[in-house]
Amino acid sequence: MPRIVVMFTEIDTVTLDEPVAERPALKPWRTKKRIRGKPVNKADGSCETRTEWVSHVRRIRDAQDQAAFAELFQHFAPRIKAFLIKSGSDAALAEECAQEVMATLWHKAHLFDPTRATVATWVFTIARNKRIDVLRKQRRPEPEDLGWGPEAEPEQDNVIALQQETAQLRNAIAALPEAQRELIEKAYFGDLSHREIASATGLPLGTIKSRIRLALDRLRHAMN
Amino acid sequence: MMSNDIKHHLTDDLLMAYAAGTLPEAFDLMVATHLSLCDHCRARAESFEAVGGCVLQDQDATASMSDSSLAATMALIAQGAPAAKPARPGCSVLPAPLQDYVGGGVNDIKWRSIGMGVKQAILPTTREATARLLFIPAGAAVPDHSHNGIELTMVLQGAFSDEVDHFARGDVEIADEDLHHTPTADISEDCICLAVTDAPLKFNKLMPRLFQPFLRI
Repeated sequence: MPRIVVMFTEIDTVTLDEPVAERPALKPWRTKKRIRGKPVNKADGSCETRTEWVSHVRRIRDAQDQAAFAELFQHFAPRIKAFLIKSGSDAALAEECAQEVMATLWHKAHLFDPTRATVATWVFTIARNKRIDVLRKQRRPEPEDLGWGPEAEPEQDNVIALQQETAQLRNAIAALPEAQRELIEKAYFGDLSHREIASATGLPLGTIKSRIRLALDRLRHAMN
Repeated sequence: MMSNDIKHHLTDDLLMAYAAGTLPEAFDLMVATHLSLCDHCRARAESFEAVGGCVLQDQDATASMSDSSLAATMALIAQGAPAAKPARPGCSVLPAPLQDYVGGGVNDIKWRSIGMGVKQAILPTTREATARLLFIPAGAAVPDHSHNGIELTMVLQGAFSDEVDHFARGDVEIADEDLHHTPTADISEDCICLAVTDAPLKFNKLMPRLFQPFLRI
């Protein structure tokens, strides 16, 4: 009797037919939780509850604003560099790649969709693709583009909701037991194979998944 | 292009590894092709990218950039954006990522016969894993086989059935060492699939096994 590989068991939070509330109630995530000893929701805004980085990207897109870019660079470039070093790059190559990632951010500012990703998430995907290209020397197939429809700007409510839900996700990750958090980091630094990754799942993704799904539905609707 | 009827989806570990960027290229191609047809999995994959964003945000900013790095980046930007990929004409069978690997639409696939009307076309990826398109004539069966590693098969046109279930456009069957199956195409239409494997297939009849070295499957 052949064993059947079941593909559905892990999909338990979102199904295709599940009705999604337009404004899901925000969970009272434990705002006192700390990320690596640092308070969350710091006044200096390093937490993503604010949407300021979104307006920075818009200023680059609309006005080639170099001051906005400099602030984004100061925040993200060192983090990209640290991420690439932990992924196995030497410091010089990581620095060069971080510059190229930031240049890509400038050139692709018009493609950023803040109802589907925070700026940090978007920067992560660009850095990840750079790592695949430079360190692994592989092409990176990407899904078919879902272009912007006639709706020029997404509604601010949807932008804020996505940013807030990502902040909650970040808090939830910070609240995980140390060992599990390390597993997740390892997975994203490329230290785990996809079979090993199975044990790193169980992340609280239900709300953000529903939010992104709404954004995709909106895009599909605009395209038709 | 999107189908709302997909019943067989990708697993969380594959989507997370795709978001993390740690899959062999052939598996990336499978995931990107499925996500082009399945917004359900695309939302799941993008939520795993959000986890990556959180990991990036929590990096210590101690890997400081050199003093001249911002100026160097502005110089890079001044060189202009890299040329955009030329737009592909639409193809109702192949989603965009596959068109990039085929170099066109379904009529541009360079098929090679592997017997009994079944054809395949191997796509150019890194060697850790193999991606190929399979053509199974309506009503025909692929010989009974099992797998050394993991094999993902996604339907692009037509449909097939095997000992497990019925698979239509967008559906992915995930098979491993323990699955022996004989996929049979529906009688109504020729079936085209994308198949990705991280190890050679084991055919259970003598002839196909003899051919394996030549077929690179």
